[in-house]
Amino acid sequence: MALVLNEEQTMLKESAQGFLSEHAPVSQLRQLRDERSETGYDKATWQQMVELGWSGILVPEAHGGLAFGHVGMGQVMEENGRTLTASPLLSTAVLATSAINYAGTETQKKALLPAIVDGSLLFALGLDEGPKYRPSLVKATATASGEGYVLNGEKQFVADGHIADKLIVSARTSGDAGDDQGVSLFIVDSVASGVEIERVHLADSRNSAMLRLTHVTLPADARLGEQGGATSLINYLTDVANIHLSAELLGVSQEVFERTVQYMKERSQYGALIGSYQALQHRAAHMFSEIELAKSIVIKAQQALDANDAQLSLLASACKAKVSDVATLVTNEGVQLHGGIGMTDELDIGFFMKRARVAEQQFGDRRYHLKRFASLQNY
Amino acid sequence: MSDLEQFRAQTREWLEANCPASQRLPVMEFEDRCWGGTKWCFVNEDQKRWLEVMAERGWTAPDWPAEYGGGGLSKEETKILREEMYRIDARPPLFSMGLSMIGPALLKYGSEELKRQHIPNIVKGKIWWCQGYSEPNYGSDLAGLQTRCEDKGDHFLVNGQKVWTSYAERADWMFCLVRTDPDAVKHAGISLVLFDMTTPGVRTSPIKLISGNSPFCETFLDDVRVEKDQLVGNINQGWELASYLLTHERAMIGNMGHTAASEKSLHQHAIDVAGGLENGQLGDSALRTDIAQWEIDILAFELTQERIDDETKAGTGTGATSSMLKYAGTELNKQRFELLTDIHGQAGLAWEGEAFDDGLLASQWLRTKGNSIEGGTSEIQLNIISKRILGLGQKA
Repeated sequence: MALVLNEEQTMLKESAQGFLSEHAPVSQLRQLRDERSETGYDKATWQQMVELGWSGILVPEAHGGLAFGHVGMGQVMEENGRTLTASPLLSTAVLATSAINYAGTETQKKALLPAIVDGSLLFALGLDEGPKYRPSLVKATATASGEGYVLNGEKQFVADGHIADKLIVSARTSGDAGDDQGVSLFIVDSVASGVEIERVHLADSRNSAMLRLTHVTLPADARLGEQGGATSLINYLTDVANIHLSAELLGVSQEVFERTVQYMKERSQYGALIGSYQALQHRAAHMFSEIELAKSIVIKAQQALDANDAQLSLLASACKAKVSDVATLVTNEGVQLHGGIGMTDELDIGFFMKRARVAEQQFGDRRYHLKRFASLQNY
Repeated sequence: MSDLEQFRAQTREWLEANCPASQRLPVMEFEDRCWGGTKWCFVNEDQKRWLEVMAERGWTAPDWPAEYGGGGLSKEETKILREEMYRIDARPPLFSMGLSMIGPALLKYGSEELKRQHIPNIVKGKIWWCQGYSEPNYGSDLAGLQTRCEDKGDHFLVNGQKVWTSYAERADWMFCLVRTDPDAVKHAGISLVLFDMTTPGVRTSPIKLISGNSPFCETFLDDVRVEKDQLVGNINQGWELASYLLTHERAMIGNMGHTAASEKSLHQHAIDVAGGLENGQLGDSALRTDIAQWEIDILAFELTQERIDDETKAGTGTGATSSMLKYAGTELNKQRFELLTDIHGQAGLAWEGEAFDDGLLASQWLRTKGNSIEGGTSEIQLNIISKRILGLGQKA
């Protein structure tokens, strides 16, 4: 398949770019942070995104969505990276939707997907129990009880945890922490008895939360997918999450790069534009080259997701590892090449660096994915 | 049947009948690929016959005009011929700088007489061409070249020295950049001339590299007489022609980072050398992540070549990416050989001995160091990206 966008995908990208730069630029995130916003995102902007159809991009038409695919959603994510727009897009419209599409029963799909499309339900996906992504290190337990389950345990660094109506969490129905088998996913109401949610502020000023589950009783149909067999679902969500986080990181990288090159054309020192100095030119040209490499692997991985390619996991890990590298490079260089002003809160560059580091950690950092890439090739 | 379908059917039939079996085997040695020229020793009769039958139809240069001996094929027909040759693994009948570099330049800039004199011989593989560009003091700063070319009325007289002339010792003719106006701004005083390597005053000497013997030579030019009709294009138009030729060369070298599908992967080398895996993983976990990093980088690079091709076809490309590919591809190829020699330890650095393939790996490793120098250094590519793509570089 040609590694280019088709006409509809290009139009979606352009419309996302237009909407976000007008209605949700970086200044919006800055304002949410400065006001210590309760929700951490702008509800009116999210409502507009819903009206644009973004919440239904990955939802099948039968459930009221657009079924526009991951390449399309990836363009929206990339543009979100350029504006750092805080919204439930990743947690709800990408991750929860993908989880339900992949493993949900018809009843679950009918009940949940249309509510995602119309914006009335927000989700959060809680897999981590520590600061690093280790999805098989699940200590939380789900004990069979009557027709359903009782959940106990903790989930950490759950993106959008404190604004979600429903939480999708992993818990062990058998085995020990570290075992691949024995993990199941459950859909939990955030207001259910025994659920405690504590918001956590990370450097990126986006939403994160700690969850405590104490004797939370669930009906049998709260389980998403097979009992004890969530490995393939979690593996799939790892691919989905990392490919979309990569798109966001690609947007971050391109935006920081363009702003930095622009600054090099405006800032003078020693009577010359700093962009005329070769020491700096070469650093910019190297970044250009790295971003070109990142673009190719991102679109390839997005296409693999839509095609359910046999190489999907390999490409997802290659993608996240490469794009994380590039985003680290470009955000660091972005601050350095801006000099002193780059260190100030007044300039937006710092916001991009902070978001990049959180996104790089979510669902596995570059080392996690280097190792996953190697394991998938049996070495 | 459409005309193109008919062309494909006829081509297929003709290739089946005329391509000798030995010319459908993979190229293993340098001599397996025919470079032509008066000093070429054909490895066998098949190689000679394959060149002759293809050249007779002009199919060594399928899309060149038939009036100069080329194939006269359309773009679509040329593509079909390539596909049909690929289908039966046919070797290209001729590989030369005549075909890839000076030929296209002659067709674009050469006089009618020059085309009639040289193009048919290039098509037939009669002449081995070499390239006289770099000089001892002018490598990256090629436009500063000092080889003098004086107008002596009925002829030119050339004096100077060229370096990095590939295969100068086996070549028949040189296309050579010379200074025709020493007073002009440096880019504006250069011309491109052609001469026979047997002309009195032309002397070559091989260059030994850190990797061992090489096809590179120094070429000394002392009072070399060049006929006036061997000037390509106009006097002092040489830099434009040189730039045209360099774009072709850059694309060729950048491609070297590309590893053939049949080639053994880096991680397989590591598995084989280290004597297998421990619990399904390479025992050296640091090496494991180094290899994964490189394999991801080369994947991203190959996908980028593919994407840029696709964008060009779709008409959405930004262009000017040959410098980026040359830079990234050659740096990755160097890294590949750093990792390969590292995997093999001291055996990877062996220089002689049958047990070590006579030091083949060490020699290949060292040769890659030249990848980011030849055809414009990595630093020159970064300059080009900065100036032409990013628009950096104007003084305030």
